[in-house]
Amino acid sequence: MMNVLIAGVGGQGTLLASRVLGKYAMLCGKDCKLSEIHGMSQRGGSVVTHVRIGEKIHSPVIWEGGADVVIAFEALEAARTAHYLKPEGILLVNDEEILPMPCITGAAEYPKNVKERLSLRVKHTHFIKAQEAAVEAGSGKATNIVMLGALCKLFAFDKDVMKRAVEACVPAKFLQLNLAAFELGYERV
Amino acid sequence: MKELMLTNQAIARGAYEAGVRVLSAYPGTPSTEIAENFAKLDGVYAEWAPNEKVAVEVAIGASVAGARAMACMKHVGLNVAADPLFTVAYTGVGGGLVIVVADDPGMHSSQNEQDSRYYARSAHVPMLEPSDANEAKEFVKIAYELSEKFDTPVLIRETTRVAHSHGFVDLQDRAEVELKKYEKAPQKYVMMPANAIKRHVVVEERDNALSAYVNDMAINREELTDKNEVGIVCSGAVYQYVKEALPNANVFKIGTAYPLPMSALKAFSTKVKEVIVIEELEPYIEDAMKAAGIACHGKDLFSLQGEISVLKIMEKFGGASAPEAEKVPARPPVMCAGCPHRGVFYVLNKLKLTVNGDIGCYTLGAVPPLSAVDTCVCMGASVGMAHGFKKATDGASNNVAVIGDSTFLHSGVTGLINAVYNESGITLIILDNSTTGMTGHQQHPATGKNLMGAPAPVVLLDELCKACGVKDLQIVDAYDVKAVEKAVKAATASKEVSVIIAQRPCALLDKSSKPKMQVQNCRNCGVCMRLGCPAISVGENGVKIDASQCTGCEVCANVCPFGALSLVKEG
Repeated sequence: MMNVLIAGVGGQGTLLASRVLGKYAMLCGKDCKLSEIHGMSQRGGSVVTHVRIGEKIHSPVIWEGGADVVIAFEALEAARTAHYLKPEGILLVNDEEILPMPCITGAAEYPKNVKERLSLRVKHTHFIKAQEAAVEAGSGKATNIVMLGALCKLFAFDKDVMKRAVEACVPAKFLQLNLAAFELGYERV
Repeated sequence: MKELMLTNQAIARGAYEAGVRVLSAYPGTPSTEIAENFAKLDGVYAEWAPNEKVAVEVAIGASVAGARAMACMKHVGLNVAADPLFTVAYTGVGGGLVIVVADDPGMHSSQNEQDSRYYARSAHVPMLEPSDANEAKEFVKIAYELSEKFDTPVLIRETTRVAHSHGFVDLQDRAEVELKKYEKAPQKYVMMPANAIKRHVVVEERDNALSAYVNDMAINREELTDKNEVGIVCSGAVYQYVKEALPNANVFKIGTAYPLPMSALKAFSTKVKEVIVIEELEPYIEDAMKAAGIACHGKDLFSLQGEISVLKIMEKFGGASAPEAEKVPARPPVMCAGCPHRGVFYVLNKLKLTVNGDIGCYTLGAVPPLSAVDTCVCMGASVGMAHGFKKATDGASNNVAVIGDSTFLHSGVTGLINAVYNESGITLIILDNSTTGMTGHQQHPATGKNLMGAPAPVVLLDELCKACGVKDLQIVDAYDVKAVEKAVKAATASKEVSVIIAQRPCALLDKSSKPKMQVQNCRNCGVCMRLGCPAISVGENGVKIDASQCTGCEVCANVCPFGALSLVKEG
């Protein structure tokens, strides 16, 4: 059983990342459920998708304290969702800060020491400059696939199967770019 | 064959396998993907109707004509469609008729948390409630069998966590269901009093027959483990949470939310120590069980607000407690960079107008720093409420109505007819972004395309307004802030009904690379920050533009008093 919570900002490609993991589960012959939220929250708001892989899955939604790994596409979103982790869970964070509107307008302040706080809270915290790596691979939009490359390494997923899952989920013309992004994530975590 | 599917896609697949020929729907989260996925399948007809009432009427027509038919909507859409629902319960069906309704506990993308199960009970229409994707597909097929066996429309209820979760689905072939021959039967289909009185008798007989029948349906089932323990009664997503949180519990899984399998529930209650009903929203099952004389717990343990979760169940049964969350600034949804609504709300805020808002992305005009929207109730309410403001204040109120193009066609146009007819002199601003934005860019009658992807005749919004009797009509470019301001001032000064159509396609529709804004000699005066554009933030030496988000809409340049913002010259 593996519970993966993917947290990000609307528009960052969390849905695609969850679908790649769903495909991976299918290729491995496991049961899988995904949960996502569409609609209003997607407009630049916090978004969370849930991926559960195992022999038999009931709830599509992961509960607080139930995630094996939280993949956060942004530091503040990592802080917002870190309590979903099990005590020995792994936190994988894209080392990037995106200001939410209350911070842009000055109504709230983006926490200054968010990375330190995360490392203190979660023993197994990994930061990766996924956005940078994605740009290197050819497009910042492949940040999600960089994160999956890193996840693959951390959890010793079957790399070839993961790449086949990526292949099944991205448009053919962006496949090379995404595979390059995947490799960078795998190497740099 | 197995496929990982979104439940909404599985419902579309179920309709396909059940031989459904006609599907009509209006987009609404979390139901939208049913129609979108059905339209992709071979040999079927699917359409976006202008609203849910029309969608249900289309499905009724197709059913009476002999086809299996489906209509889909979100929970509040069923309010709009309630009129035909209550009477099609009397007429019954020709071909099988299923209406899918998607509730939104927790209000992820809705204005209320209503519980649609009461519609089933109130209209005397059976309602099935699946708990995941594969079940959803199977329940659709069962629903069509029930519909034709008992001559009744059937409701399928899902909730957000069911609708928007993926699971593995077993695919089967499409059943070849013949178009039944239509035969004139006014005593069944013409619901005037003399006929309806007789049909009401039929409805009650059918209800009684169904109430007995559901007790033996396999989709209502006991999962007994230990008779000395409590028994949980649940349905839908909550069943999955219960199985996760209490894997060894006695469970009664309800598949028919209406009629409830009351004899089977009574039998279950005698086999367990005590009965606990776990259900989201209202105590619908609990009240019915208590009325039937079955002692049970329910809302004394769980809230009727928001969603149930695995953790909430574990907490009640002593298995876990919630880890403490970090306190961090919220990240609310915002209008996208380049959103054509932004400049309009900037103007309305600047002119200190009271804004009667409506349902769509532009409801976000209520959020700081735009803070422009004063009211938002339901689809189309902006126009009627603006009229009410005027009538209450003898025309003195300083208010305007703001509505999107799709919402205007859904139910705003009737409000406009009322304003013209009853002479309130309102100002109505139609934010025409050429799409149904919030639900993910669906076509509508004014976009020139239909759900099947084919070109379609266009309902012209300006001509429609004129036909309603509007004489004062202006069309402006939504990005041209000065033109918008001028138009709003003229319209609000006018005593007659005025309509402004602010045009610009949704910024997300055009994915081409565009020139970005640049900043020169910024004085940090803060005017552009009042736009709430996610691509603009304050830096030490003036504002900064996030080029990855900026669409070059130039609204910021239009409001900058010092000419500090301009488009980067090409080349």
